[in-house]
Amino acid sequence: MYFVIAGGGEVGFHLAKALLESSHEVMLLESDRRRAQVIEEKLGSVVLNAPADEGRYQLEAGCQRADAVIAVTGEDPANLIICQLAKWKCNVPRVIARVNDPKNEIVFKALGIDETISSTRVIMNVIEQELPSGGFLPLMPLTGSHLELIEAEIAPGTPSAGKSIGSLGLPDGAAIGGIVRKGAVVHADDTTKLLVGDRIVVLSPTKVEADVRKALFG
Amino acid sequence: MNIVIVGCGRVGAFLAGQLDKAGHAVTIVDLERGSFVHLPQDFHGTTLLGNGTDLDVLRTAGIDKADAVFTLTQGDNRNLMAAQIARQIFGVKRVIAKVNDPIRAALYRSHEISTVSRTTILGTLLEAMLMGDAEVGKVLIEKSKAAEAAMAGELG
Repeated sequence: MYFVIAGGGEVGFHLAKALLESSHEVMLLESDRRRAQVIEEKLGSVVLNAPADEGRYQLEAGCQRADAVIAVTGEDPANLIICQLAKWKCNVPRVIARVNDPKNEIVFKALGIDETISSTRVIMNVIEQELPSGGFLPLMPLTGSHLELIEAEIAPGTPSAGKSIGSLGLPDGAAIGGIVRKGAVVHADDTTKLLVGDRIVVLSPTKVEADVRKALFG
Repeated sequence: MNIVIVGCGRVGAFLAGQLDKAGHAVTIVDLERGSFVHLPQDFHGTTLLGNGTDLDVLRTAGIDKADAVFTLTQGDNRNLMAAQIARQIFGVKRVIAKVNDPIRAALYRSHEISTVSRTTILGTLLEAMLMGDAEVGKVLIEKSKAAEAAMAGELG
Protein backbone atom coordinates (compact mmCIF):
# COMPACT_ATOMS: atom_id res chain seq x y z
CA MET A 1 0.00 0.00 0.00
CA TYR A 2 1.04 3.62 -0.47
CA PHE A 3 1.15 5.90 2.57
CA VAL A 4 1.88 9.60 2.68
CA ILE A 5 3.13 10.79 6.06
CA ALA A 6 3.00 14.49 6.95
CA GLY A 7 5.60 15.54 9.49
CA GLY A 8 9.06 14.11 10.02
CA GLY A 9 9.36 14.35 13.78
CA GLU A 10 10.07 11.27 15.87
CA VAL A 11 6.59 9.86 15.27
CA GLY A 12 6.67 10.44 11.52
CA PHE A 13 10.19 9.08 11.15
CA HIS A 14 9.57 5.85 13.07
CA LEU A 15 6.20 5.34 11.39
CA ALA A 16 7.81 5.70 7.95
CA LYS A 17 10.60 3.30 8.96
CA ALA A 18 8.13 0.69 10.25
CA LEU A 19 5.94 0.92 7.15
CA LEU A 20 8.97 0.59 4.85
CA GLU A 21 10.11 -2.46 6.81
CA SER A 22 6.71 -4.06 6.21
CA SER A 23 7.26 -3.49 2.46
CA HIS A 24 4.86 -0.59 2.04
CA GLU A 25 5.55 2.38 -0.19
CA VAL A 26 6.03 5.62 1.73
CA MET A 27 6.46 9.32 1.04
CA LEU A 28 7.20 11.61 3.97
CA LEU A 29 6.69 15.37 3.78
CA GLU A 30 8.90 17.48 6.02
CA SER A 31 9.24 21.24 5.68
CA ASP A 32 12.49 21.63 7.61
CA ARG A 33 15.36 21.14 5.14
CA ARG A 34 17.88 19.77 7.61
CA ARG A 35 15.44 17.38 9.22
CA ALA A 36 14.39 16.18 5.75
CA GLN A 37 18.06 15.50 4.91
CA VAL A 38 18.64 13.54 8.11
CA ILE A 39 15.65 11.31 7.38
CA GLU A 40 16.69 10.84 3.76
CA GLU A 41 20.14 9.69 4.87
CA LYS A 42 18.54 7.07 7.09
CA LEU A 43 15.58 5.90 5.00
CA GLY A 44 16.55 6.68 1.38
CA SER A 45 14.72 8.86 -1.11
CA VAL A 46 11.30 8.74 0.47
CA VAL A 47 11.28 12.35 1.65
CA LEU A 48 9.79 15.44 0.02
CA ASN A 49 11.18 18.62 1.58
CA ALA A 50 7.98 20.66 1.49
CA PRO A 51 5.08 21.70 3.73
CA ALA A 52 2.26 19.15 3.73
CA ASP A 53 -0.44 21.75 4.32
CA GLU A 54 -0.19 23.06 0.75
CA GLY A 55 -2.26 21.31 -1.88
CA ARG A 56 0.40 21.37 -4.59
CA TYR A 57 2.91 19.48 -2.45
CA GLN A 58 0.30 16.89 -1.57
CA LEU A 59 -0.18 16.41 -5.31
CA GLU A 60 3.59 16.27 -5.84
CA ALA A 61 3.80 13.59 -3.15
CA GLY A 62 1.23 11.55 -5.05
CA CYS A 63 -1.62 11.82 -2.56
CA GLN A 64 -4.11 11.16 -5.39
CA ARG A 65 -3.04 7.51 -5.43
CA ALA A 66 -2.31 7.18 -1.69
CA ASP A 67 -4.19 4.55 0.31
CA ALA A 68 -3.89 6.76 3.37
CA VAL A 69 -2.51 10.08 4.51
CA ILE A 70 -1.28 10.25 8.08
CA ALA A 71 -0.71 13.67 9.63
CA VAL A 72 1.62 13.49 12.62
CA THR A 73 3.08 16.97 13.03
CA GLY A 74 3.23 18.46 16.51
CA GLU A 75 0.57 21.03 15.61
CA ASP A 76 -3.09 20.08 15.80
CA PRO A 77 -4.30 22.82 13.42
CA ALA A 78 -1.78 21.68 10.78
CA ASN A 79 -2.83 18.03 11.17
CA LEU A 80 -6.48 18.99 10.73
CA ILE A 81 -5.90 21.05 7.59
CA ILE A 82 -3.53 18.45 6.07
CA CYS A 83 -6.19 15.75 6.48
CA GLN A 84 -9.00 17.92 5.13
CA LEU A 85 -6.92 18.90 2.07
CA ALA A 86 -6.05 15.25 1.45
CA LYS A 87 -9.70 14.25 1.72
CA TRP A 88 -11.26 17.08 -0.27
CA LYS A 89 -8.59 17.83 -2.84
CA CYS A 90 -6.92 14.48 -3.41
CA ASN A 91 -9.85 12.17 -2.54
CA VAL A 92 -7.67 10.09 -0.24
CA PRO A 93 -9.84 7.22 1.04
CA ARG A 94 -8.37 7.19 4.54
CA VAL A 95 -6.92 10.04 6.57
CA ILE A 96 -5.54 9.74 10.08
CA ALA A 97 -4.61 12.66 12.31
CA ARG A 98 -2.48 12.80 15.40
CA VAL A 99 -4.06 15.06 18.02
CA ASN A 100 -1.93 16.48 20.77
CA ASP A 101 -4.74 17.99 22.84
CA PRO A 102 -7.18 15.11 23.57
CA LYS A 103 -10.12 17.54 23.39
CA ASN A 104 -9.42 17.85 19.70
CA GLU A 105 -10.50 14.27 19.01
CA ILE A 106 -14.08 15.51 19.25
CA VAL A 107 -13.28 18.66 17.28
CA PHE A 108 -11.64 16.72 14.45
CA LYS A 109 -14.57 14.29 14.24
CA ALA A 110 -17.04 17.16 14.06
CA LEU A 111 -14.96 18.58 11.21
CA GLY A 112 -14.96 15.37 9.20
CA ILE A 113 -11.75 13.66 10.33
CA ASP A 114 -12.91 10.40 11.87
CA GLU A 115 -9.64 8.70 12.65
CA THR A 116 -7.56 10.39 15.29
CA ILE A 117 -4.80 9.20 17.58
CA SER A 118 -4.16 11.00 20.82
CA SER A 119 -0.99 9.86 22.51
CA THR A 120 -2.11 11.58 25.71
CA ARG A 121 -5.34 9.60 25.67
CA VAL A 122 -3.61 6.31 24.90
CA ILE A 123 -1.18 6.74 27.77
CA MET A 124 -3.96 7.86 30.13
CA ASN A 125 -5.96 4.75 29.24
CA VAL A 126 -3.00 2.51 29.95
CA ILE A 127 -2.39 4.18 33.30
CA GLU A 128 -6.05 4.00 34.27
CA GLN A 129 -6.31 0.32 33.39
CA GLU A 130 -3.44 -0.31 35.78
CA LEU A 131 -5.14 1.48 38.67
CA PRO A 132 -6.79 -0.72 41.32
CA SER A 133 -10.10 1.17 41.16
CA GLY A 134 -9.44 0.74 37.47
CA GLY A 135 -11.77 -0.46 34.82
CA PHE A 136 -12.80 2.99 33.64
CA LEU A 137 -12.04 3.22 29.98
CA PRO A 138 -13.24 5.99 27.65
CA LEU A 139 -13.65 3.89 24.49
CA MET A 140 -14.38 6.41 21.77
CA PRO A 141 -16.00 9.74 21.01
CA LEU A 142 -19.24 9.50 19.02
CA THR A 143 -19.23 11.18 15.64
CA GLY A 144 -21.23 14.37 15.32
CA SER A 145 -21.90 14.86 19.04
CA HIS A 146 -20.15 15.90 22.20
CA LEU A 147 -20.71 12.41 23.56
CA GLU A 148 -18.40 9.54 24.24
CA LEU A 149 -18.66 5.88 25.06
CA ILE A 150 -17.14 4.70 28.33
CA GLU A 151 -16.67 1.16 29.53
CA ALA A 152 -16.41 0.54 33.27
CA GLU A 153 -15.95 -2.55 35.36
CA ILE A 154 -17.53 -2.89 38.79
CA ALA A 155 -14.74 -4.55 40.76
CA PRO A 156 -15.07 -5.72 44.39
CA GLY A 157 -14.96 -2.70 46.68
CA THR A 158 -16.22 -0.29 44.02
CA PRO A 159 -18.48 2.24 45.81
CA SER A 160 -21.27 1.84 43.26
CA ALA A 161 -21.49 -1.96 43.68
CA GLY A 162 -24.89 -2.94 45.10
CA LYS A 163 -26.42 0.47 44.34
CA SER A 164 -29.30 1.09 41.96
CA ILE A 165 -28.48 3.16 38.88
CA GLY A 166 -30.96 5.87 39.93
CA SER A 167 -29.10 6.43 43.18
CA LEU A 168 -25.63 6.84 41.69
CA GLY A 169 -25.93 10.55 41.00
CA LEU A 170 -24.73 10.33 37.40
CA PRO A 171 -24.28 13.81 35.88
CA ASP A 172 -26.96 15.24 33.59
CA GLY A 173 -26.84 13.83 30.11
CA ALA A 174 -24.96 10.66 31.11
CA ALA A 175 -26.73 7.32 30.89
CA ILE A 176 -25.84 3.69 31.42
CA GLY A 177 -26.59 2.11 28.08
CA GLY A 178 -26.28 -1.50 29.13
CA ILE A 179 -24.79 -3.99 31.54
CA VAL A 180 -22.85 -7.09 30.59
CA ARG A 181 -23.43 -9.60 33.41
CA LYS A 182 -21.99 -13.12 33.17
CA GLY A 183 -21.64 -12.77 29.43
CA ALA A 184 -25.22 -11.65 28.78
CA VAL A 185 -26.66 -8.19 28.20
CA VAL A 186 -28.91 -6.97 31.00
CA HIS A 187 -31.32 -4.09 30.40
CA ALA A 188 -30.47 -1.11 32.60
CA ASP A 189 -33.01 1.28 34.14
CA ASP A 190 -32.99 3.42 37.29
CA THR A 191 -33.98 0.53 39.54
CA THR A 192 -31.34 -1.89 38.22
CA LYS A 193 -28.65 -2.61 40.80
CA LEU A 194 -24.99 -2.79 39.79
CA LEU A 195 -23.28 -5.98 40.92
CA VAL A 196 -19.63 -6.85 41.38
CA GLY A 197 -18.31 -8.25 38.12
CA ASP A 198 -20.65 -6.16 35.92
CA ARG A 199 -19.18 -4.44 32.90
CA ILE A 200 -21.17 -1.38 32.03
CA VAL A 201 -21.32 0.84 28.99
CA VAL A 202 -21.94 4.52 29.67
CA LEU A 203 -22.90 7.21 27.17
CA SER A 204 -21.71 10.52 28.48
CA PRO A 205 -21.06 14.09 27.38
CA THR A 206 -17.29 14.32 27.11
CA LYS A 207 -17.08 17.27 29.46
CA VAL A 208 -18.60 15.38 32.41
CA GLU A 209 -16.41 12.28 32.05
CA ALA A 210 -14.79 13.05 35.42
CA ASP A 211 -18.22 13.25 37.12
CA VAL A 212 -19.21 9.86 35.71
CA ARG A 213 -16.03 8.41 37.12
CA LYS A 214 -16.83 10.00 40.49
CA ALA A 215 -20.39 8.65 40.52
CA LEU A 216 -19.14 5.12 39.87
CA PHE A 217 -15.86 4.98 41.73
CA GLY A 218 -16.18 7.74 44.36
CA MET B 1 -23.36 42.61 17.69
CA ASN B 2 -21.25 40.21 19.75
CA ILE B 3 -17.98 39.75 17.93
CA VAL B 4 -15.10 37.40 18.71
CA ILE B 5 -11.73 38.00 17.09
CA VAL B 6 -8.96 35.40 17.26
CA GLY B 7 -5.51 36.91 16.83
CA CYS B 8 -4.46 40.35 18.03
CA GLY B 9 -1.85 41.20 15.45
CA ARG B 10 -2.04 44.42 13.47
CA VAL B 11 -5.10 43.37 11.49
CA GLY B 12 -6.99 41.87 14.45
CA ALA B 13 -6.28 44.86 16.68
CA PHE B 14 -7.25 47.35 13.96
CA LEU B 15 -10.54 45.57 13.28
CA ALA B 16 -11.25 45.22 17.01
CA GLY B 17 -10.72 48.97 17.42
CA GLN B 18 -13.01 49.85 14.50
CA LEU B 19 -15.82 47.56 15.66
CA ASP B 20 -15.46 48.73 19.26
CA LYS B 21 -15.78 52.35 18.14
CA ALA B 22 -18.89 51.43 16.17
CA GLY B 23 -20.46 50.21 19.41
CA HIS B 24 -20.13 46.43 19.10
CA ALA B 25 -19.22 44.09 21.97
CA VAL B 26 -15.77 42.79 20.98
CA THR B 27 -13.77 40.01 22.61
CA ILE B 28 -10.27 39.51 21.25
CA VAL B 29 -8.16 36.40 21.93
CA ASP B 30 -4.41 36.03 21.65
CA LEU B 31 -1.74 33.65 22.93
CA GLU B 32 0.62 36.43 23.97
CA ARG B 33 -0.15 39.21 26.39
CA GLY B 34 2.24 41.49 24.51
CA SER B 35 0.03 41.38 21.41
CA PHE B 36 -2.69 43.43 23.06
CA VAL B 37 -0.47 46.54 22.81
CA HIS B 38 -1.66 46.73 19.20
CA LEU B 39 -5.15 47.68 20.43
CA PRO B 40 -6.11 51.35 20.55
CA GLN B 41 -5.74 52.87 24.03
CA ASP B 42 -9.44 53.59 24.36
CA PHE B 43 -10.49 50.00 23.51
CA HIS B 44 -13.51 49.05 25.65
CA GLY B 45 -13.81 45.42 24.63
CA THR B 46 -12.56 42.30 26.37
CA THR B 47 -9.10 40.80 25.94
CA LEU B 48 -8.62 37.10 26.59
CA LEU B 49 -5.25 35.40 26.90
CA GLY B 50 -5.35 31.90 25.41
CA ASN B 51 -5.11 29.62 22.41
CA GLY B 52 -7.82 30.51 19.91
CA THR B 53 -8.05 26.96 18.57
CA ASP B 54 -8.83 25.60 22.05
CA LEU B 55 -12.48 24.70 22.55
CA ASP B 56 -12.55 25.88 26.18
CA VAL B 57 -10.84 29.18 25.40
CA LEU B 58 -13.34 29.85 22.63
CA ARG B 59 -16.22 29.03 24.98
CA THR B 60 -14.81 31.46 27.53
CA ALA B 61 -14.62 34.07 24.77
CA GLY B 62 -18.38 33.63 24.36
CA ILE B 63 -18.27 32.08 20.92
CA ASP B 64 -21.62 30.35 21.53
CA LYS B 65 -23.28 33.78 21.68
CA ALA B 66 -21.22 35.43 18.94
CA ASP B 67 -22.92 36.97 15.92
CA ALA B 68 -19.64 37.03 14.02
CA VAL B 69 -16.19 35.50 14.40
CA PHE B 70 -12.99 36.61 12.68
CA THR B 71 -9.87 34.45 12.78
CA LEU B 72 -6.84 36.59 12.05
CA THR B 73 -3.72 34.97 13.53
CA GLN B 74 -0.54 34.65 11.51
CA GLY B 75 -1.18 30.96 10.82
CA ASP B 76 -3.54 29.91 8.02
CA ASN B 77 -4.12 26.53 9.67
CA ARG B 78 -4.95 28.02 13.05
CA ASN B 79 -7.34 30.47 11.40
CA LEU B 80 -9.07 27.71 9.47
CA MET B 81 -9.35 25.46 12.51
CA ALA B 82 -10.76 28.20 14.75
CA ALA B 83 -13.15 29.29 11.98
CA GLN B 84 -14.46 25.75 11.47
CA ILE B 85 -14.99 25.31 15.22
CA ALA B 86 -17.00 28.54 15.21
CA ARG B 87 -19.03 27.59 12.13
CA GLN B 88 -19.56 23.83 12.47
CA ILE B 89 -19.49 23.25 16.23
CA PHE B 90 -20.97 26.48 17.59
CA GLY B 91 -23.07 27.34 14.53
CA VAL B 92 -21.89 30.96 14.29
CA LYS B 93 -23.57 32.49 11.23
CA ARG B 94 -20.82 34.84 10.04
CA VAL B 95 -17.29 33.47 10.14
CA ILE B 96 -14.40 34.99 8.25
CA ALA B 97 -10.87 33.59 8.24
CA LYS B 98 -7.69 35.24 7.04
CA VAL B 99 -5.98 32.70 4.81
CA ASN B 100 -2.92 33.89 2.97
CA ASP B 101 -2.53 30.79 0.81
CA PRO B 102 -4.95 31.44 -2.12
CA ILE B 103 -5.46 27.71 -2.74
CA ARG B 104 -6.60 27.03 0.81
CA ALA B 105 -8.66 30.24 0.74
CA ALA B 106 -10.60 28.99 -2.29
CA LEU B 107 -11.01 25.44 -0.99
CA TYR B 108 -12.50 26.41 2.38
CA ARG B 109 -14.80 28.96 0.78
CA SER B 110 -16.56 25.99 -0.77
CA HIS B 111 -16.88 24.53 2.74
CA GLU B 112 -18.93 27.31 4.34
CA ILE B 113 -16.02 29.37 5.65
CA SER B 114 -15.64 32.85 4.19
CA THR B 115 -11.97 33.41 3.58
CA VAL B 116 -9.97 36.50 2.81
CA SER B 117 -6.52 36.18 1.30
CA ARG B 118 -4.20 39.12 1.83
CA THR B 119 -2.08 37.77 -0.99
CA THR B 120 -4.71 38.05 -3.69
CA ILE B 121 -6.57 41.09 -2.32
CA LEU B 122 -3.48 43.23 -1.88
CA GLY B 123 -1.90 41.90 -5.07
CA THR B 124 -5.00 42.65 -7.13
CA LEU B 125 -5.24 46.12 -5.64
CA LEU B 126 -1.58 46.91 -6.32
CA GLU B 127 -1.84 45.74 -9.91
CA ALA B 128 -4.93 47.91 -10.41
CA MET B 129 -3.14 50.93 -8.94
CA LEU B 130 -0.22 50.41 -11.32
CA MET B 131 -2.53 50.08 -14.30
CA GLY B 132 -4.47 53.20 -13.29
CA ASP B 133 -7.65 51.19 -12.85
CA ALA B 134 -9.15 53.42 -10.16
CA GLU B 135 -12.46 51.57 -9.95
CA VAL B 136 -11.01 48.45 -8.33
CA GLY B 137 -9.95 49.98 -5.05
CA LYS B 138 -11.51 53.43 -4.94
CA VAL B 139 -13.86 52.96 -1.98
CA LEU B 140 -11.44 50.68 -0.16
CA ILE B 141 -8.58 53.15 -0.39
CA GLU B 142 -10.72 56.10 0.65
CA LYS B 143 -12.00 54.22 3.69
CA SER B 144 -8.59 53.02 4.78
CA LYS B 145 -7.10 56.51 4.32
CA ALA B 146 -9.83 57.89 6.58
CA ALA B 147 -9.11 55.25 9.22
CA GLU B 148 -5.37 55.97 9.01
CA ALA B 149 -5.97 59.70 9.39
CA ALA B 150 -8.18 59.08 12.45
CA MET B 151 -5.51 56.88 14.03
CA ALA B 152 -2.75 59.41 13.33
CA GLY B 153 -4.96 62.19 14.69
CA GLU B 154 -5.45 60.35 17.99
CA LEU B 155 -1.70 60.02 18.42
CA GLY B 156 -0.91 63.60 17.32
